[in-house]
Amino acid sequence: MSQPSQGEAPLRSEKDIVLARQLVRRLTQDLAFSLVDQTKMVTAASELARNALIYGRGGTMYWELVQRDSFRGLKLLFADEGPGIPDIDLAMKDGWTSGNGLGMGLSGARRLVNDFELDSRVGAGTRVSITRWK
Amino acid sequence: MDRIPILRMGEFLLVTIQVDMHDQLALKLQDDLSNAIQRNASRGVLIDISTLEMVDSFIGRMVADISGMARILGAESVLVGMQPAVAITLVELGLSLPGVSTALDVERGMALLRRKIAGVDSDVATIAG
Repeated sequence: MSQPSQGEAPLRSEKDIVLARQLVRRLTQDLAFSLVDQTKMVTAASELARNALIYGRGGTMYWELVQRDSFRGLKLLFADEGPGIPDIDLAMKDGWTSGNGLGMGLSGARRLVNDFELDSRVGAGTRVSITRWK
Repeated sequence: MDRIPILRMGEFLLVTIQVDMHDQLALKLQDDLSNAIQRNASRGVLIDISTLEMVDSFIGRMVADISGMARILGAESVLVGMQPAVAITLVELGLSLPGVSTALDVERGMALLRRKIAGVDSDVATIAG
């Protein structure tokens, strides 16, 4: 039986953030990412999982093993049905926060991955997708 | 509830973070540590993160807050043992931990703490004249 190539994990409590980190660590290890690349992806996932929990009032992390030409990678999608982000440009700025964090979550996570997409609508929630290639 | 142990060694406190911390545990550590500094009149705090495989902005902020809080309570602090992959990631994330003293390992960290405390004491002696 082959390993599943996609799945999901709930982001409903702080414990779930820890579990999401451990899941991403395992997936990046299975993909034989370097230790630095593993750490970057795990850290980005931790930031986005916390955002989904705190600002999005909980959500889900969807993961998928992806392939482009001969490159393999891990794609993560963080989806919540929270209030959404009114001003995306502002939210992406270093040091800007609407909560009591450092404001490095979104902008920092973007720097740690290869592909980053953010889609948010006020009142409908936020979806952030990140991919890191081996 | 989980708790990160704080060891007292003379006038120093030693904290070894060995678990993948959830946010409440990090906050609890901050609380416990400030109480321990006050109760023991500690002069120095050594925080060992050599087994931590990830430091995100939340944990980074907690470390910076502990350092600031310790200083206000009259204790110096040094963060030791950060793994290279964690350091690379932290800088790329945008956190350079300003105001936090660091050392490679516990031994070097302890030496740095002693020098820092000696420095504070000689400044005090100068002012007191």
